[in-house]
Amino acid sequence: MIRYLIPLGIFIVIVIFLAIGLGRDPHEVPSPLINKAAPTFRLPQLKEPSKTFSADDMRGKVWILNVWASWCVSCREEHPLLIEYAKSGAVPIYGLNWKDKREDALAWLGDLGDPYVLSVADLDGRVAIDYGVYGAPETYVIDQSGTIRFKQIGAVTSDVWSEKILPLVQELNRQGNSK
Amino acid sequence: MTRLRVASLLLICLIVSLALAKDAQPLGEDPAVEQRLTRLSQQLRCLVCQNETLADSRADLAEDLRGEIREQIKAGKSDKEIIAFLTQRYGDFILYKPRVTYTTYLLWFGPFILLLGGLYLLFRYIKQRRELIPETPLSADERRRAEELLASASGKEPA
Repeated sequence: MIRYLIPLGIFIVIVIFLAIGLGRDPHEVPSPLINKAAPTFRLPQLKEPSKTFSADDMRGKVWILNVWASWCVSCREEHPLLIEYAKSGAVPIYGLNWKDKREDALAWLGDLGDPYVLSVADLDGRVAIDYGVYGAPETYVIDQSGTIRFKQIGAVTSDVWSEKILPLVQELNRQGNSK
Repeated sequence: MTRLRVASLLLICLIVSLALAKDAQPLGEDPAVEQRLTRLSQQLRCLVCQNETLADSRADLAEDLRGEIREQIKAGKSDKEIIAFLTQRYGDFILYKPRVTYTTYLLWFGPFILLLGGLYLLFRYIKQRRELIPETPLSADERRRAEELLASASGKEPA
């Protein structure tokens, strides 16, 4: 009897491993930047290029940095959600306009609405490299001390927002207020 | 008429090849830098295509990263520093050859463990079989008969 059970056992183990492997998204590379300081930058603002914005300006606040571009298809998909979340006022959302043309980016925001407090223009993608961006959209939650606490690769969905981002933001705000 | 057609065809070919030539990678001014860049980027993964090296990839990000590496080489950074720069941002996944750390021990040494396990099972099996088949020496009678048979066989068909 055992003669037949051993191959069956091995088969079941292999099936379990393959099932776990197939369930994973190989495109989601875990970021080494989680719980590390958000790389600092100073970039011109998209709407007013004469003004700049720096990650350091956000010290003491919980905020979201969303990497987007007008050429990015999934960004279009998540855009209405971002507008909704921005309206809710739960957390300020800033945009990093990645390797885009200024006219295209402005037209895109004009057509679809602008959920961002402001966007900065990363024309040559150097800041995106510092953030380990390898595909838009990507979304970072950054805490009061300027530490990256969460990274979403790909479009933010309502599940990700309500189960991960929003609870995290609320928790961070609570911790910040109690200090 | 046909001559005109041939001429225009040739012209089109020429224009197309010129257009293609423009698309080619800009040659770096310093061949030593380019050589190092190629060698380094062959060890690195393009994160967009994942199964292509940074050297082979035509993805936008790969081009940007090659540009970044090129600049760092020119700035005199060592290979180690450049790889550290990239893994800090993109993680160990960017390395085509995984590092030997406690998370990758199974990956690196698993095959050898399997091999040793397989050898152990094989030897045990062979030993068991040997014990299962007892050697029964021939009796004097059987030995004589066997020799007769062999002698008659070799007599008929000399090898």
